[in-house]
Amino acid sequence: MSRRLLIAACALIYFFLMLPLLVVFPISLSSAPYMQFPPPGFSWQWYERYLDDPQWIDATWRSLYIGSGTAVLALALGVPLAFALVRGKFFGRTILDRVALAPIIVPHIIFAVAVYGLFAKLKLIGTWYGLVIGHTVLALPFVVLVIAAGLRDFDRSLEQAAEGLGASRWQTLAKVTLPLLRPSLVSAGLLAFISSFDEVVVALFLAGANMTLPKKMFDNIMMEIDPTIAAVSVMQILLVSVVLVLIGRFGRGLKDSAR
Amino acid sequence: MSESKGSAELLIEGVGKRFGDVVALDRVSLRVAKGELLTILGPSGSGKTTLLKVVAGFETPDGGSVKVGGAEITSLPPAKRDIGMVFQNYALFPHLTVKANVAFPLEMRNVGRAEIEKRVSEALAMVELAGYEARLPRQLSGGQQQRVALARAIVFNPRLLLLDEPFGALDRKLRETMQLEVRRLQRRLGLTTIFITHDQEEALVLSDRIAVMNKGAIQQVATTTEIYEHPANDFVADFVGESNIFHGTVSAPGTVALDGGGSVKVTSDKPVGTKVGVLMRPERFGATGANLFAGEVIESVYLGTSFKLRLALEGSRELLVRQPARGTLPAAGSRATVGIEPDAIHVF
Repeated sequence: MSRRLLIAACALIYFFLMLPLLVVFPISLSSAPYMQFPPPGFSWQWYERYLDDPQWIDATWRSLYIGSGTAVLALALGVPLAFALVRGKFFGRTILDRVALAPIIVPHIIFAVAVYGLFAKLKLIGTWYGLVIGHTVLALPFVVLVIAAGLRDFDRSLEQAAEGLGASRWQTLAKVTLPLLRPSLVSAGLLAFISSFDEVVVALFLAGANMTLPKKMFDNIMMEIDPTIAAVSVMQILLVSVVLVLIGRFGRGLKDSAR
Repeated sequence: MSESKGSAELLIEGVGKRFGDVVALDRVSLRVAKGELLTILGPSGSGKTTLLKVVAGFETPDGGSVKVGGAEITSLPPAKRDIGMVFQNYALFPHLTVKANVAFPLEMRNVGRAEIEKRVSEALAMVELAGYEARLPRQLSGGQQQRVALARAIVFNPRLLLLDEPFGALDRKLRETMQLEVRRLQRRLGLTTIFITHDQEEALVLSDRIAVMNKGAIQQVATTTEIYEHPANDFVADFVGESNIFHGTVSAPGTVALDGGGSVKVTSDKPVGTKVGVLMRPERFGATGANLFAGEVIESVYLGTSFKLRLALEGSRELLVRQPARGTLPAAGSRATVGIEPDAIHVF
């Protein structure tokens, strides 16, 4: 009895979460020139409009390389940080451990305003690398969490074995530690990518005239509302889904790192 | 890195190690001859693993020195020691094939490709795993993983081989096979080997000599028979094999008055008045002898080849006796008399 109740509750929640998708998909294929549900007929016109509009395509490319840049930079900073937090013994380690997660706690809008002030002085507003730096700060906690979890489970006797067999510290890192951490690295990198690809608040402040996809979507909703936005959403949802599937296939599950 | 010069003598001198208030190693000295297999036997927490880590270079001792082939290695990093080690959990690299695992120490030494090929095949043939090159460790059984770990530890012609309780995870039958195989390989290669275990039976099967450790200190270093027949103290007598240990005082030449009353005739020449321990191994008892013990059988077990009896003697002492399984098993509650000759009793 209680089991059935549980299943019913889960189904309800699932339905509630999936409802936007159930609406967005049909609207993106609508023949009507405005948001209407259910759509009166079928057409590809909104996808065509997206693909034919250089502004949309520019914004998409920009989001893709800013996401990739964020992933690379967040890994470059987050991996050494995670090593230090898990394996280091130094004064202030626990404090640094908390501080590393701060970007999750601080509201994005507060962070965005603060960074805007700083970047305006440094003339980084409107540059793609300025946005990469901003997004890296937001992505860093995810990288640190995932890599640190991977490191805590790491069997250090493997590193000892490597050293005993004649490997230097760096050879051990390159031949044993990092290859075995690969699932965590893949997850962390892809999560950092998604966090940047979907991010709108910091992008609103820092992107300037250089639109990212979420910012372009935001502007589009403000100006002219037509089903193009639904088509773009579907494309974005599909891309993020693909990334999540990749994490599931090659990465370390998030459930493993929740500790 | 240069090529290893092969098997060498190990000399440990006055090595000490503390972890906070705990003394893990209390100025341990030990010599292992070139080509010898020495077992360090001790209960968990006796310091045997710490000693092994000091030799391998994973722990730095607080004092003392470790020398291999006459050269001081106390402060060398593990990578520069040329010591092969088989870990308790084997520590095979899970992302590398059997071949790549065994080739690892050679690659780290910049050995040429052709030479690596040759030596990996030789090492795998030696542990009877030819044909398994392309497998990953997880596709192998426990015994096979063990063999790979062994091949990896010997392929670079190390100066020493260290084995850290490598047979713990194997079932009894496989364990016995692997023990004999390791022994055979070690003899064939003439490898100086230190083997760590808490299993006294395993120690007796494998070793040239045994070093018994307890509380961070070496209690006795001797050949297997010496350890079994002539233990140096209570701990060694009790830890190795089954034993009956009594204490007493030498009351006359060749006689020990036991603390709980009664006396035994022995062959010891310890002077009168010395406090001594008396060890009687259960299997040394017969139906008669110069020393007779009578008591009530409180436990009797049939073990196939032998009977194991527990006798309650006067003075609330107990005696463990093993006798060849002949006739009927004495029932619990019956009375029995057993005897032992003076030369079968060890006095320490």
